[in-house]
Amino acid sequence: MLKSETKLILEVCDLHANVEDQPILNGVNLQVYAGEIHAIMGRNGSGKSTLSKVIAGHPAYKITGGTIKFEDNNLLDLDPEERARLGVFLGFQYPIEIPGVSNLEFLRVSTNARREYEKKEELDTFEFEDFVQEKLKIVKMDPAFLNRSVNEGFSGGEKKRNEILQMALLEPKLAILDETDSGLDIDALRVVAAGVNKLATPNTATILITHYQRLLNEITPNYVHVMANGKILKTAGKELALQLEKSGYDWIEQISSNKEENQ
Amino acid sequence: MTGQNTVDKLVSKPYKYGFVTDIETEKIDKGINEDVIKLISRKKDEPEFLLEFRLRAYKQWLKMKEPNWADLKYPKINYQDIIYYAAPKKSEKKASLDDVDPKLLETFDKLGIPLSEQKRLSNVAVDAVFDSVSIATTYKEKLAEHGVVFCSISEAVVDYPELIKRYLGSVVPISDNYFAALNSAVFSDGSFVYIPKGINCPMELSSYFRINSGDTGQFERTLIIAEERSSVSYLEGCTAPMFDTNTLHAAVVELIALDDASIKYSTVQNWYAGNEEGVGGIYNFVTKRGHCRGKRSKISWSQVETGSAITWKYPSCILQGEKSVGEFYSVALTNNLQKADTGTKMIHIGAQTRSTIVSKGISAGKSSNSYRGLVQIGPQATGARNYSQCDSMLIGDQASANTYPYIRSQQPQSNVEHEASTCRISEDQLFYLQSRGINFEEAISMMVSGFCQDVFNQLPMEFAAEADKLLALKLEGSVG
Ligand SMILES: Nc1ncnc2c1ncn2[C@@H]1O[C@H](COP(=O)(O)OP(=O)(O)O)[C@@H](O)[C@H]1O
Ligand SMILES: [Mg+2]
Repeated sequence: MLKSETKLILEVCDLHANVEDQPILNGVNLQVYAGEIHAIMGRNGSGKSTLSKVIAGHPAYKITGGTIKFEDNNLLDLDPEERARLGVFLGFQYPIEIPGVSNLEFLRVSTNARREYEKKEELDTFEFEDFVQEKLKIVKMDPAFLNRSVNEGFSGGEKKRNEILQMALLEPKLAILDETDSGLDIDALRVVAAGVNKLATPNTATILITHYQRLLNEITPNYVHVMANGKILKTAGKELALQLEKSGYDWIEQISSNKEENQ
Repeated sequence: MTGQNTVDKLVSKPYKYGFVTDIETEKIDKGINEDVIKLISRKKDEPEFLLEFRLRAYKQWLKMKEPNWADLKYPKINYQDIIYYAAPKKSEKKASLDDVDPKLLETFDKLGIPLSEQKRLSNVAVDAVFDSVSIATTYKEKLAEHGVVFCSISEAVVDYPELIKRYLGSVVPISDNYFAALNSAVFSDGSFVYIPKGINCPMELSSYFRINSGDTGQFERTLIIAEERSSVSYLEGCTAPMFDTNTLHAAVVELIALDDASIKYSTVQNWYAGNEEGVGGIYNFVTKRGHCRGKRSKISWSQVETGSAITWKYPSCILQGEKSVGEFYSVALTNNLQKADTGTKMIHIGAQTRSTIVSKGISAGKSSNSYRGLVQIGPQATGARNYSQCDSMLIGDQASANTYPYIRSQQPQSNVEHEASTCRISEDQLFYLQSRGINFEEAISMMVSGFCQDVFNQLPMEFAAEADKLLALKLEGSVG
């Protein structure tokens, strides 16, 4: 791929972040160009979710160094809602339940917030119903879920489908999917993967955070990164995932600690 | 923790109704004694029986002690430092709206309650009360065609003395409690409603209470009588300017429903709440009670309480008539340093009486919000049923919520159900909504209105949207 011709969507430079004075991210570097799919792997607790939440603007994390550029915007200057309107989307590892707030209304308000930024016309209740019906097909979700409270009482898999539904409605430029495949049975996994493939375009980019090769069989990444201790230790092509599946993470961490000692 | 700060950024928006109308006011001297009560009575040209009522109440009040059982701490009130009567000048006789001072009409315009023929609301009759007096009542003639009486209580005392004699103080006796006794001694104005037999009141009735003077107490008195098979829906709204002193508001509301009558009483209370440091604001000590005297009668209270520095208020139902029904739907929101202790009493006397209580308390800032309720089932109340649901929502980690549900049953064949819950708006819920492009205030207001839906569904249509907006406004803050 000729990078000079494609557009840089996300550029994370030497990113450091703390939670309650505890460093979690220790200098992350990452560049994502339009049309690319990146996979981020790594042990539990290595900082993958933190990285995704920091990109989306979660207030619990304090940025202690580095920058995040999204197209021409300095993301760290923006509120989470502004980032979302620009086209940053985070599919949560643990989507939260919001009792009392109708899923349909929530989806409509958020879709319109994004559309307003894109200078597309606002969808009224009826137009939105049609629009959402289209998108429900992509994730093969039962329309009955629209009339419930946001994620309330949804099973793990239903929550994940609701995340992909939101992604389909919001049409983001950058989608970060944090373990969207965890806890899904193989059929659900295929549905989610098909949804992601369908929504990926040459102008958008996707970051998949996952532990499993089975997702990457369905969605082929251009790059695979391995995270450990709040840093990206290694980056390679899709074959890295296969290697990790076979040999685990030890060898990479070994190599990298040797490297550090030599420096 | 940085996350909590985001939630703490919630501060009240500047109070929209905080202006003072510059108008010449006739006030009497500060303080309370028998002469003051006689003076008030004389100013209002009252019949002798009412003066006696007031003086009896005053004697009772002197013997009583200010209650201190509520979760409310406030500095001692100096009752001699309050003015008990204030009225805009030249308001003595109000033959028609043309005689009302334009400044007053302008004030109510600004409050969103236009009174003039051209601008007034088409489906709501309004009684506008400014400080101690009612300045205008709209649609009186149209209502009179149906035999409905809607006027200020001062007018009713003169025009319908028999009804007043019979019903005033019959639901809330003068010695009921400290603030009710004080009100009975010095009450100034308020609304009177009478719905004759078999009449469904053709329009919504509404009173709007405006406190304008800072040093004047407001003691309004409302009396609503629904005869057999009649029905009425009544709304009450209130605002006050921003003063850095506290103003006392001690109202009494009495409702009477006879056989098969139904009264729906809704309140949106938005008195000035004081500033972020808790300086100023209204002390709101209110006694509201409805008496379901008749068989199958029904009294329903809905309230949205957002204002006042201190709220002490328990709209109640005495369910005497067989199969009568009492309802209480409440949203109480407190922010900054506001304190609210509110709830209801459902007194089941008659057989097969039913009551429903739905209370939603929302506390933000450093405020405290208590639900206090009593469900009492008397020995004759066979088959009585109550359902209570009390939910609290906390915003931030410095606010507090308490629930005190008291249940006393002397009737084994009754059924009392109580549910309670507390939730906190979490940072992760807010972040979830924000990460979908929904801004912080809107996210809060979505969750709050979702939480209050059960109660908003009970409000008259125009009112529900209004209440939703009011809550959003109260919670809106500058997000950095
Ligand atoms: N809000 C938080 N409060 C305290 N610790 C946190 C918080 N978020 C993440 N951490 C800690 O940061 C580390 C990285 O977590 P996370 O980013 O969720 O890892 P991963 O997604 O790679 O499993 C873990 O040790 C986790 O406990
Ligand atoms: Mg994770």
